[in-house]
Amino acid sequence: MKHQIRKSLKPFLLELIVYAVLVTMYYELVLHFLGNGLQHLYQHDRRFYAALGLGLIVGQGFLLEAVTRLLLTWITPRTEDG
Amino acid sequence: MIFPIAGVNIAPTYLIAVGFAVGVLGGFFGVGGSFLAGPALFAAGVPMNFVVGTDLAHIVGKSIVAARKHRTLGNIDIKLGAIMVLGTIAGVESGAQFIQWLKRAARVEWVVGPTFIVVLLGIAAFMTWESLSTLRKQRRERGRRGGHPAHRDHSAGAFIARAVHRISLPPHVSLPVSGIASVSIWAILFVAFVGGFFSGFLGGGAGYIRMPCFIYLLGIPTHIAVGTDLFEIVISASYGTVTHALKGNVDILIALVMHTGAAIGAQIGATLTQYFVGLRIRMAFIPLPLIGAGMMLHSLLSGHAAK
Repeated sequence: MKHQIRKSLKPFLLELIVYAVLVTMYYELVLHFLGNGLQHLYQHDRRFYAALGLGLIVGQGFLLEAVTRLLLTWITPRTEDG
Repeated sequence: MIFPIAGVNIAPTYLIAVGFAVGVLGGFFGVGGSFLAGPALFAAGVPMNFVVGTDLAHIVGKSIVAARKHRTLGNIDIKLGAIMVLGTIAGVESGAQFIQWLKRAARVEWVVGPTFIVVLLGIAAFMTWESLSTLRKQRRERGRRGGHPAHRDHSAGAFIARAVHRISLPPHVSLPVSGIASVSIWAILFVAFVGGFFSGFLGGGAGYIRMPCFIYLLGIPTHIAVGTDLFEIVISASYGTVTHALKGNVDILIALVMHTGAAIGAQIGATLTQYFVGLRIRMAFIPLPLIGAGMMLHSLLSGHAAK
């Protein structure tokens, strides 16, 4: 079991580093600019805000899941080869 | 960074780190992690009404990631999850209505807080007894047969599930994925309602109570219980997010930033379940309700009510 965990650790660490870079880019390009628009919606149209909020978190859930899965399949064969 | 909806200034790295920690817990144990995320948000200065709503929103995104991962590992009993949806939603709404009634009738925090502590201590005590009994039984079997029974997912509390399976209230369903030949649909709906009720009553996904109910009341194997619990958390937290957002209790931007950390943490946690047998997962789960009870006790004694 320890051998298996050790074997998984290298791709996970690589994945974490690449993921951190991608998340920083995503935060600077997208999340940073959402604040004012969301606050406007929150104050003026609570129903749309609730629907959009759920949509955003679900959408981000699928997006980030796809990114982490792709990263793992991309990184694992390379680390196992090397 | 300023989060204008909740009106707080929090470093995004703090939120990402909190999200990562609860993501790993969620992926591994099938819980939402609200007993850690809630106090962490509160400590950062987020008002309590936003703590409850925002935590639910972040749980939705995180649980979708972990649930999809568990689905690829074959850990979700879709039939069981689908049957539970109605009971879960009814339970969430009943729990939320009970909170509203308590708000009108008395000081809600002095009902919710002690209930939370009693429930969590009870779960921890029962799971400790069950895990130690199972461990002793496995050691006896190993001594007698010379095999390695740790590879199987045995539970000393299995007699409870067998009694539940014998309930003859129709209609009955079979759950082939969980290895259950026949169980009353009312038993499943009861477990769903209880989980949903505690989610609406105490906040979060209530995985800390649904997961033990799956294992000990319905007799679901631990790995399937973790995956299916996450599936139910997606349902209850989505419903909770919408109702709280309509009441103005959700800062979705905080949830989105937290979730970027939770997404990778959830995947790591879910992958780790492959390397542990059911008993080990259950034993590692035991400190979590104790931590939650300690945090709640601290909040009550320091004057910061959690509701």
